[in-house]
Amino acid sequence: MAAEKDEIKLIGGWASPFVMRPRVALNMKGVVYEMTQETVGKKSDLLLKSNPVYKKIPVLIHNGKPICESMIIVEYIDETWSDGASILPPDPYDRSIARFWTAYVDDKIPDLIRKLRLLVKGSAEAEVEAEKLNAALQLLEEAFEKCSKGKGFFGGDDIGYLDIAFGSQLGWIKAVEKIVEIKFLDKEKIPGLVAWSERFCAHEAVKEVMPEADRLVEFTKMLLSGSFAK
Amino acid sequence: MVASAAVRLFGMWASPAVRRVEWALKLKGIEYEYIEEDLSNKSSSLLEFNPINKQVPVLVHNCNPIVESLVILEYIDETWKENPILPVDPLERAKARFWATFVDVKCREESRKAFFMEGEEKEKAIENLQVQLKALDEELEGKKFFSGDHIGYTDLAVGWMAFWLGVAEEAAGFKANYDVKFPNFSRWMKDFLAEPVIKDNLPPREKTVEFFRAFKQLGSCTKVNQK
Repeated sequence: MAAEKDEIKLIGGWASPFVMRPRVALNMKGVVYEMTQETVGKKSDLLLKSNPVYKKIPVLIHNGKPICESMIIVEYIDETWSDGASILPPDPYDRSIARFWTAYVDDKIPDLIRKLRLLVKGSAEAEVEAEKLNAALQLLEEAFEKCSKGKGFFGGDDIGYLDIAFGSQLGWIKAVEKIVEIKFLDKEKIPGLVAWSERFCAHEAVKEVMPEADRLVEFTKMLLSGSFAK
Repeated sequence: MVASAAVRLFGMWASPAVRRVEWALKLKGIEYEYIEEDLSNKSSSLLEFNPINKQVPVLVHNCNPIVESLVILEYIDETWKENPILPVDPLERAKARFWATFVDVKCREESRKAFFMEGEEKEKAIENLQVQLKALDEELEGKKFFSGDHIGYTDLAVGWMAFWLGVAEEAAGFKANYDVKFPNFSRWMKDFLAEPVIKDNLPPREKTVEFFRAFKQLGSCTKVNQK
């Protein structure tokens, strides 16, 4: 149970899907926090001090204590503010499924997005990477059918751990759709996920922290042009 | 002993990820049936229980498969409450998970490179591994085990390094020099391997070195079939 006078700070960046994860979790719990935006290409002293091992965002600082790694932070939030909506399901087997698919998402999706956002539309490379992303999404479609058990989210009636893990990638998935001009969120191929993505993006805890695809496309252009100071 | 009629573990004798699960089961006193897999000829059961990764370990409990060794450890701790391996406090749990994913992603990556590669790439990997070992060494300052006075989740997660790092060094001809440079880590390795549950549940060293030597010759950068 968290204390009344909690100091909660999140070191992050608006474009990062990993930063989005604890933001959604904190919003679900109704926890007020302060977010500091890191400047791309120049890590703050606070970040370097709070996360000396990885030097990466997000870092949650709760009453002076840093917690690192996005899904570890999400679980910390769930365990600390245990009165609000539960993010992980109660049953150990369901929890293991959520963890497994989260590990799968983290293993496949971010790397594919990183590659795709640098590729040229119509190129052979883009086709190859797009195929891999489509294959991963197909598996996640099947996972959605099993996990949701006919309800709206992977977590059931409300968003849960896996919704947060995968849903946070949607902004960038939509951005790479525009960059390489290939439709990934195709309701002919993955109807369950497409409907889920609309529900996820519209959720109270999500809508204000989900970065817009157009803004991410601009961000990519700036990355490529070396606009961010080193 | 806790009787659990329907616990099965699919594994492979040389695999550190599999041993990690066995250590947890034994710490909790859970009875289980062990099924040895030939990874060059995987059983239909393994493929049925783990169609996505097709890897060991797979824990099957009441016909439900759980895969990914760290996920299995959390499942075991949540299902069998005696002798908890994760701490109670959320901050301590976050730290335990942090170090577990650090060794499983970062240290394993550099160890794999040091093992498979040669020349400059090998040297770079060893350097990176030493930076990681330094972090682990500092984390152990003033503690017998990562989890405190007794072994717990973090020790089980880092545990592969206590045995398999030495095996990899011998099989691939490199030295990470932890005995010289990282006294806390070096001491932890000995203490960890001396724990009864661990000591009695390790593969035979010579046979494991031979296995990894052959494995190195087989493939340059193919991913190890276990998680």
